[in-house]
Amino acid sequence: MITLSAIKDILSDRDPDRLEELAQGSARLTRQFFGRTISLYAPLYLSNYCSSHCTYCGFHSKNRIQRVRLTPEEMQQEMKMVADTGIENILLLTGESYQATPLPYLKEAVSIAQGCFTSISLEVHPMEAEDYRELFLNGVDGITVYQETYDRLRYREVHLSGQKADYDYRFGTPERAAAAGIRQISMGILLGLSDPAEDLLELYSHLRDMEKNYPGVEYSLSFPRLRKIKGREFAVCDVDDITFIKIICLTRTLFPRVGINLSTRENPALRDHALELGVTKMSAGSNTAVGGYAIKAPEEQEPQFDIEDTRSVSRIVQLLKEKDFDPVFTDWRPISNEIA
Amino acid sequence: MNITTRQPETIRDTPLTIGGRTFTNRFLLGTGKFKNKKDVAACITASGTEIVTVALRRIDLERHEENILEHIPSNIVLMTNTSGARNASEAIRIARLAKEAGHGNWVKIEVINDSKYLLPDNYETIKATEVLAAEGFVVLPYVTPDLNVARALVKAGAATVMPLGSLIGSNQGLKAKEFIKILINEIDVPIIVDAGIGAPSHAAEAMEMGADAVLANTAVATAGHPALLAEAFALAVRAGRLAYLSRLPSQSDKANASSPLTGFLYEK
Repeated sequence: MITLSAIKDILSDRDPDRLEELAQGSARLTRQFFGRTISLYAPLYLSNYCSSHCTYCGFHSKNRIQRVRLTPEEMQQEMKMVADTGIENILLLTGESYQATPLPYLKEAVSIAQGCFTSISLEVHPMEAEDYRELFLNGVDGITVYQETYDRLRYREVHLSGQKADYDYRFGTPERAAAAGIRQISMGILLGLSDPAEDLLELYSHLRDMEKNYPGVEYSLSFPRLRKIKGREFAVCDVDDITFIKIICLTRTLFPRVGINLSTRENPALRDHALELGVTKMSAGSNTAVGGYAIKAPEEQEPQFDIEDTRSVSRIVQLLKEKDFDPVFTDWRPISNEIA
Repeated sequence: MNITTRQPETIRDTPLTIGGRTFTNRFLLGTGKFKNKKDVAACITASGTEIVTVALRRIDLERHEENILEHIPSNIVLMTNTSGARNASEAIRIARLAKEAGHGNWVKIEVINDSKYLLPDNYETIKATEVLAAEGFVVLPYVTPDLNVARALVKAGAATVMPLGSLIGSNQGLKAKEFIKILINEIDVPIIVDAGIGAPSHAAEAMEMGADAVLANTAVATAGHPALLAEAFALAVRAGRLAYLSRLPSQSDKANASSPLTGFLYEK
């Protein structure tokens, strides 16, 4: 396993030739193991109710925003709008509220989503293994849960209250989901919260442990950079583009077969270039507000973060084809997740 | 009988027979990782392959998206694979779904519960083979080469055994060569070497030692000119097959005297 000092050396190295070498190696491995394919997905926000106070997030419990939770009819409308763009892989998100979006609510959302999409993932509040089991048996394929930062002190500083303030419970979430049979687990750190080298080392070691204990899970990693929310800075992200690209390439070099996701937080130019380097999965045509696709007018929306890449799904597909990539919509077939 | 009348070209190859069908081309193509679906079609044409495998998870059964099946001619045998299955039960469900969707009854069983090395789970593969073969599927199981596993697969009704040459997608060639040889010697169903075949020379090597066919995917899909490499693979498979039929003289790293130990018996 790589050492902290090796990660620090790579991230601080400003030699363009060595960066190019890292990128070439990363691109080669990515083509070898994933070919020229890029999987596409879209996020869909079901609710922005949240009982945790995380200083960097637009949905946090103390923020005075209009709280919205989709009704089943509204879910249907939103999902149909996304499905009509061709998206088959949906990531359903909520704020972290056990009261506003409890398990039965999530199950209902999943059941509606099954009518529109071939693969369903959730990014919601952490749960117990038995809850994940129930979600798995009801059609959930993937769970996304980021530790945000592995620096315990910093974690406490930015997660002021609510369930999310419990570092260890969050840390154990990928394991509980894997134990429940979930197929795909996405882990990550929020760049801009703490020292990236230290966070990367801990993330790599967390992933390594998961790979050893739950080898059958398909893992992917994300490195979201802190963004403005409605134009306002909640925290400054000092991870520049060079460092960001290094993080993608280093991760690919260490984990050749692990998926790397890139969201519309990043700008179009960077996303277009990152495609060649190590990214395997992109969101497209995203909206990060509850009801943002079909129900709420733009001026009424409360996004979780501001989107940089506003291109439509069809535009992204066209771009991928121009760049000789095969856009992959369907990458799973619902087989009713019965107990083996 | 005058032996000199028997010309080498009269040695005819017997066709490859799987599931009651016969094939003259012994190169099989996988369809993952291609940059576009037209390349898949071009590779099928260029190689003359008669069997291709497609992951059911990548087939859009319902609508709108460009469907890979439109690029596979109808005379080609479509072998759906169970990519994504982590145990026998999932592989069985995927195979049944493929059959219900009208993709025929040929299935390559891939049960992989290891996302790092993508090594197949032989035990679960045997279980899936047993169930699906009994349901009438033509089952082609993908396994790590192991004689006992191969025997169990044959007993379970497998139409072939598909041992990996090396780790899938690794292009490392025949790392498992000695174990594959044992399967070739001992197992009576066709042995199709699958996975890790990174160059035509690897494919030729597998065929020279007596494999019945070779399947390649990653190397072709990620080549600068996929169709050209697909053709090269088909030629290498054919060359390796002819070499095998020729009863290729075995190699030696030393010069051999013609009768160094027993020559004295004939000395006068």
